[in-house]
Amino acid sequence: MRAAFERRRHLVDFAVGSLARHPTKNLGLVVTYALVVFLVGSVMLYGSAIRREAAAMLSSGPEITAQAMVMGRHDMSTSADVAALKGLRGVRRIEPRLWGYLWDSAGAANYTLMVPPPSDAAHAVGKGEAIVGEGVARARKLKPGAMLFLVSPSGKFLKTRVKSILSSDSALVSSDLVLVEEADFRAFFELPADVWTDVAITVTNPREVTTVAEKAALKLPRHRFVTRADMSRTAEALFSWREGLTLALLAGALVAFAILAFDKASGLSAEERREIGILKAIGWETGDVIALKLVEGGLVSGVAFLVGVIGAWAHVRFFAAGLFAPVLEGWSTLYPRFPLAPSIDALEIATLAALTVAPFTAAILVPVWRTATADPDAVMR
Amino acid sequence: MITLEQVTKVFNQGRHNEVAAVRGVDLTIGDGRVTVLRGPSGSGKTTLLTVIGCLARPTTGRIRIDGEMVSGLPERFLNEVRRRTFGFVFQRFNLIRGLSARDNVMLPAYPTGRPHRALIDQAEGLLDRFGLADRASLSVEHLSGGEAQRVAIARALINDPAVIVADEPTASLDGERVAQFLAIAEDLKRAGKTVLITSHDPRITAAPLVDALVTMADGRIVEASP
Repeated sequence: MRAAFERRRHLVDFAVGSLARHPTKNLGLVVTYALVVFLVGSVMLYGSAIRREAAAMLSSGPEITAQAMVMGRHDMSTSADVAALKGLRGVRRIEPRLWGYLWDSAGAANYTLMVPPPSDAAHAVGKGEAIVGEGVARARKLKPGAMLFLVSPSGKFLKTRVKSILSSDSALVSSDLVLVEEADFRAFFELPADVWTDVAITVTNPREVTTVAEKAALKLPRHRFVTRADMSRTAEALFSWREGLTLALLAGALVAFAILAFDKASGLSAEERREIGILKAIGWETGDVIALKLVEGGLVSGVAFLVGVIGAWAHVRFFAAGLFAPVLEGWSTLYPRFPLAPSIDALEIATLAALTVAPFTAAILVPVWRTATADPDAVMR
Repeated sequence: MITLEQVTKVFNQGRHNEVAAVRGVDLTIGDGRVTVLRGPSGSGKTTLLTVIGCLARPTTGRIRIDGEMVSGLPERFLNEVRRRTFGFVFQRFNLIRGLSARDNVMLPAYPTGRPHRALIDQAEGLLDRFGLADRASLSVEHLSGGEAQRVAIARALINDPAVIVADEPTASLDGERVAQFLAIAEDLKRAGKTVLITSHDPRITAAPLVDALVTMADGRIVEASP
């Protein structure tokens, strides 16, 4: 037992020393490897983070959203529409909502103005008050008690005092949010008293969401009814598609890495062959030599993989994946910026490892096995 | 005792550049003796040495070490025989560049799993024995030819093998270094080691410590004495 431990220890010591003897070559390998992991990892972590944000946002959203449509475009729902929905069987609660977008040229950001529903007592705001998201507070340098001034496209002026700043599990939900009182909202956007942006529907039995949506569609044919599952599928498909597209673009880097790996696989350097020959000649077994090279490769790939993954995480967490965000977000660029918390998905990390570690390990194993199984004399020649 | 029966070694067999380096060699190497294989360049003595030392397999023929047939052993067992039985001193020493003299000496013992501290003590003891105590931490590329050879000899002895095999050990050494090598060989002989040397250097072949001289030409043994 002790002999086996000492044997492994000698192997690891020798492997570390061996890497240190060729610093330039091994550093170059680590940098190339880490760069590939960084690029691919950034895309995967960012895609994963944005999907997680979307899922968190949807989980707190209504089970069904009813939106009036005119010529295929979103229109306002009326109080009559709301009343019609209230009579539907299977509906537990109906909440007409008021929300809208505002481009703030001063802050160069797009805000979502919303009236908190009456059921949300925690976020209740009075006249002349506002609760703002983290992104808005950052963009406008706001603190509780500060004044927030907004100007509508038609020149209407809204002056509010910041009551509090939202802290949400999902930055995607709250970052650009400005919660204001109903009368303030209607006055700002010049809306009549009986129209609503959309209607949130909560059903009694969550398994009957589709049935309730179908029944509601029959009753209000001018509306579309979007279920939470529909939105979730759309978000998942959208971001997965963009992530796949970016990964396809990055295939060039992966191919370059594969070529590098193949180049390594196609033969060892004369110096490496000579060393293997010497080790065999002085009594090392084939398994010892292969284990040595695997430890060397493991150290290179382990360090590079770790550096690449940490770099990708920091790229997503602290730099909002600046290299890929425009591609992954597409046209729906999110303003104001918010910090994404990269989610470390074990399956994605394993996939990333398989994409990079597998070709590298094969690149080590094949030539070493070929050399180590030959007669030492032939190798040293 | 090492016994060779009708041993041949053919390189590139079946190809246009086929070379029969060793042809039908019968030889017995006695324990505790110094045997020298001599002959001109290309006579096959180095190839025979590598076949005896299990660094290469014979194309045909049998090799026995203390009665045990080793020529047909699978790679795994052959490695074990090589490590247990032989210590090699190569013509160009074949030390690993970038490693210290001490680390080079310790290398053959790594697969045995002996404790690190014990290995260091043993390696330093051997280097001290060959007058290299102050060179132990020095990287081998900074050693002189004579020093590198003594490191190679120390490396050959770390596993306490029964047979020391040296290929052209004096090829690049001056008279003083040759005398030093012969003194070491004498010590090894006194310690009961079998020493097998290839050389065409008369300073070796005519040395009094040599017990047996085997002359080769064109892959065959043309003279063996006594």
